[in-house]
Amino acid sequence: MSATSQPPASQRTTDGPAQSSGPAGVKTGTAELVSWKAGIGLGLLAVLGVILFGFLANTKTAGFRIAEARDPNASTAAAWVTLVVALAAAAYLGYLWTNRRRTGAAVGRWIPATTVAAVVVLGLAALGVARVEKIALPSMALGWICSVLLLAMAAYACFLTLPHRRIPGWLGGVFAVVFLIGFMVWIVAGGRDAEPSISLGGLMAGAVTLAVPLVFGSLSGVLCERVGVVNIAIEGQLLLGAFSAAVVATVTGNVYLGLVSAAVAGGLVSLVLAVVSIKYLVNQIIVGVVLNVLISGLTSFLFSTLLTADPQHLNKPGRLEPVDIPFLVDIPVIGPILFRQSLVGYLMYVAVIVVYVGLFHTKWGLRVRAVGEHPQAADTVGINVNRTRFRNVLMGGAVAGIGGSFFTLVSVDAFSKDMSGGRGYIALAAMIFGRWNPIGAFLAALLFGFADNLQSIITIIGSPVPSQFMAMLPYALTVIAVAGLVGRSRPPAASGIPYVKG
Amino acid sequence: MITRCPAADNAPDQIHTHRLVGVLKLELRGITKRFGSLIANDHIDLVVEPGQVHCLLGENGAGKSTLMNVLYGLYDPTEGEILIDGKPVVFKDPGQAMAAGIGMVHQHFMLIPVFTVAENVALGNEATKAAGLLNLESTRRKIRQISEQYGFDVDPDAVVEDLPVGVQQRVEIIKALVRDAEVLILDEPTAVLTPQETDELLDIIRQLKRDGKSIVFISHKLREVKDISDTITVIRRGKVVGQAEPTASPTELASAMVGRAVSLTLDKAPAKTGEVTFKVRHLTVIDHNSQHVVDDLSFDIAKGEVLAIAGVQGNGQTELTEAILGVQPHASGSITLDGEELLGRSVKHVLGAGVGFVPEDRTLDGLVGTFSISENMILDLYDKAPFARGVGMKPGVIADNAAKKVEEFDVRTPSVSAAVGTLSGGNQQKVVLARELSRPLRLFIASQPTRGLDVGSIEFVHKRVIAERDHGTPVMIVSTELDEVMQLADRIAVLYRGRLVGIVPATTSRDVLGLMMAGVPANEAEASVAAHSDSRPTPAAVPDAAGREGETHV
Ligand SMILES: Nc1ncnc2c1ncn2[C@@H]1O[C@H](COP(=O)(O)OP(=O)(O)OP(=O)(O)O)[C@@H](O)[C@H]1O
Ligand SMILES: [Mg+2]
Repeated sequence: MSATSQPPASQRTTDGPAQSSGPAGVKTGTAELVSWKAGIGLGLLAVLGVILFGFLANTKTAGFRIAEARDPNASTAAAWVTLVVALAAAAYLGYLWTNRRRTGAAVGRWIPATTVAAVVVLGLAALGVARVEKIALPSMALGWICSVLLLAMAAYACFLTLPHRRIPGWLGGVFAVVFLIGFMVWIVAGGRDAEPSISLGGLMAGAVTLAVPLVFGSLSGVLCERVGVVNIAIEGQLLLGAFSAAVVATVTGNVYLGLVSAAVAGGLVSLVLAVVSIKYLVNQIIVGVVLNVLISGLTSFLFSTLLTADPQHLNKPGRLEPVDIPFLVDIPVIGPILFRQSLVGYLMYVAVIVVYVGLFHTKWGLRVRAVGEHPQAADTVGINVNRTRFRNVLMGGAVAGIGGSFFTLVSVDAFSKDMSGGRGYIALAAMIFGRWNPIGAFLAALLFGFADNLQSIITIIGSPVPSQFMAMLPYALTVIAVAGLVGRSRPPAASGIPYVKG
Repeated sequence: MITRCPAADNAPDQIHTHRLVGVLKLELRGITKRFGSLIANDHIDLVVEPGQVHCLLGENGAGKSTLMNVLYGLYDPTEGEILIDGKPVVFKDPGQAMAAGIGMVHQHFMLIPVFTVAENVALGNEATKAAGLLNLESTRRKIRQISEQYGFDVDPDAVVEDLPVGVQQRVEIIKALVRDAEVLILDEPTAVLTPQETDELLDIIRQLKRDGKSIVFISHKLREVKDISDTITVIRRGKVVGQAEPTASPTELASAMVGRAVSLTLDKAPAKTGEVTFKVRHLTVIDHNSQHVVDDLSFDIAKGEVLAIAGVQGNGQTELTEAILGVQPHASGSITLDGEELLGRSVKHVLGAGVGFVPEDRTLDGLVGTFSISENMILDLYDKAPFARGVGMKPGVIADNAAKKVEEFDVRTPSVSAAVGTLSGGNQQKVVLARELSRPLRLFIASQPTRGLDVGSIEFVHKRVIAERDHGTPVMIVSTELDEVMQLADRIAVLYRGRLVGIVPATTSRDVLGLMMAGVPANEAEASVAAHSDSRPTPAAVPDAAGREGETHV
């Protein structure tokens, strides 16, 4: 925390507010203002929590059904194996964590993350082994407990801000979890029935399913922005992917060909984006928006003229059915959520892992990120900037196209007008929320999928919150995310800036 | 085509022998580079012998950087050829130049700020494990090895943007060495370094030379050039005008460069100070870490006097000028010019009040690169007579004005409608100076007014500054260059960690100033220098040590 000493290198530039909008890449990343933003934000949320979960709570119990998430004929063996494996994993990770802390070695972010995951799996496995059918929680008591915890945490955050100390990352995480529990209990207890309950498995499985196109879309965004091209055309890529998957699968009678054609269609959209913005240097955002409008118009036109005229031969693609992964699907609660997916769903897992490893652990990824951060520097070490950009944008388009096939091959088995419904833009938000990181984007997309699904479930059970309000939630989350409550998010420095050699 | 490219199958054994001997002879023959009608390089011949430090001297805009960019494969030469050990080669991109053993450290570093040192070094030359996975471990090992060999002290896992400029420069050198560069091009490497960092760099260059590498070194600082070079080639207006011996005197070198006699010392009359019009009182600036980067600063400048602000870079100078200019939101205290409070006013108001300002980083604050020279000349006056009438502008008047100033300030450019971004570094600086010095001023502030300028231009700029002073304007010069401070100043204010160490007369010795820049109060510094007059500390070393120490200070 030195201010008066030698400033870090890139500070040949003056750091005045006049330039603060300049390329973010040249700014130092070490100095961060410990502001009241977090403390005040948490405080407001805590007060909201007290009002909703405390004062507005009713006396019902909130039920979370687990039984449905467990196949009746699923082997208890799987539950036991999961229990043991999760226990071992949690113990090992916990050991690793404490050990590294003790020896002062670097604790990568993945350690706490996987530890928490292992503990969650452990808990769910325990529920499975114990054959618990349903958890019923008294909403009044739990609401007050959560409220008090939230207030305490907000106060702690303010207490830390006073002497300008940084608020630890876990505080935000725990706050979010407690808020979520309080919120869920409150909302479920507000249902119409005397003993309202929802299916936990159904809620989660639906969240994952709804997240699929978002994940593909945000991966497309990551691939493009990391290389320095803003891809607003995700919406168009999803839509054209959906359209061509429907048509090609119907015409050829082969859903897999439909899937491939979706990738090609997405790639085509990208091709236009790439040629116009990389080669002819037209503003990337404008090209993206124009493409979206164009594709929306084009598919709507073709839909109303051709597809509706002869749906039998043009718009009846058939489905990619969910496939169980043997054994893994028997893991209590989690199994059916994660391992009963369509081919597109499994491709999503593969894509997330491949893009993550590719970007951060391969030669290709290093070059891609270099081009997105400082193209001129990449050029001086012999990397062909525009070729790298071109390739990545095409790849991004193909990925988004596959995401689009989800609409027509998995979700609904026919194309309809504008069926991507703005999810391309939400995907963009997920990418920002996930800080341009494939795993972050995946988690953000899951969160948006969760909010989306929660909204439909609430409508079914009847609840104090209007469903329109819930429908607002993903967007509200995005605004908060972008405003930086979750921390500083810094886009790749050269994102959106065309590269001209010389 | 491309010989000496390891990938090319016709040459691998040759490369091998070269790498064993570790020497490479580089020859440029008849290199010509045109930008439209402008001839930046005109049939340049240059031979870089193995194991030599070859300095390029030349005025601003002489074409040194252009020549190096041609050599490095960034520009295609219009004519001419490059030979390595007598064989012609063609570099289509920097990758091929590197493969041939040429490394370049650009004046504006080509490092990715958010990458670690290892990632930056590996980029473009990555070692991989199975399945294309990065193998940074081998890069780290190489970095450590080179660091050890040359005493670099660079941590492979540090993130580049957190490193001081001097260390970043070493990362650039490592980048070249990891690629087995035999010829290393350094384009104005010392322009951004502190005196101590410069000394360290010169040591590194000597060591590289001992290892048989050849170095092309571009600098405007004659002292360094004399110190380090084996051969000096002087370039003027795109042509080689001759070779010089390192033993030549600075005046000889300077006149060879500029083509006329240059005076390296500034003779100025003693200041005729008038009334005090510019007053700074209790100025405090708090940064985003809640640190006091400018701490309770008070000083005056009288009419007709130059006050120089000395200090190691990063001791509050930037924030001080920003506060005066009105771009510092977290400033308190008072700044008055002719009794009028300036603190808290907008930049436009401050400039309108008659403050001329030459910013530290011209490309960032001083100029709009894509605008023409004439437009840049009136950036702050575009809405005033005679350049505007009502809402319209008068292009004829604007162009005439630019032509006159280009002439007066000797800006080397094909036309006043050329984009400022295409000018050489030194000529860009002259455009800023020409604009700021050609309106009636009540206060003139210049930050690093001669950074990157050639000796001829420095002489010119210094004369202009003194002329402005003699015209009765209070002048404030901010410079980290002790020579410049001592030449220009009537009084010297030394800043250390945002506080005023003291204001001393311009006759104060280098050693005392050096100590003051490390935070030692003037009277103690005098005493200490007097006591150690035989074993005097190097003034350059002291402030830097202080700068480091400052990092632990909260
Ligand atoms: N990309 C370009 N387009 C047009 N003109 C250019 C370009 N690059 C350089 N020039 C011109 O070529 C000439 C030589 O410039 P160069 O940058 O090589 O000078 P230099 O010797 O490095 O000067 P300095 O010491 O100021 O850095 C200048 O007149 C400059 O205006
Ligand atoms: Mg140059």
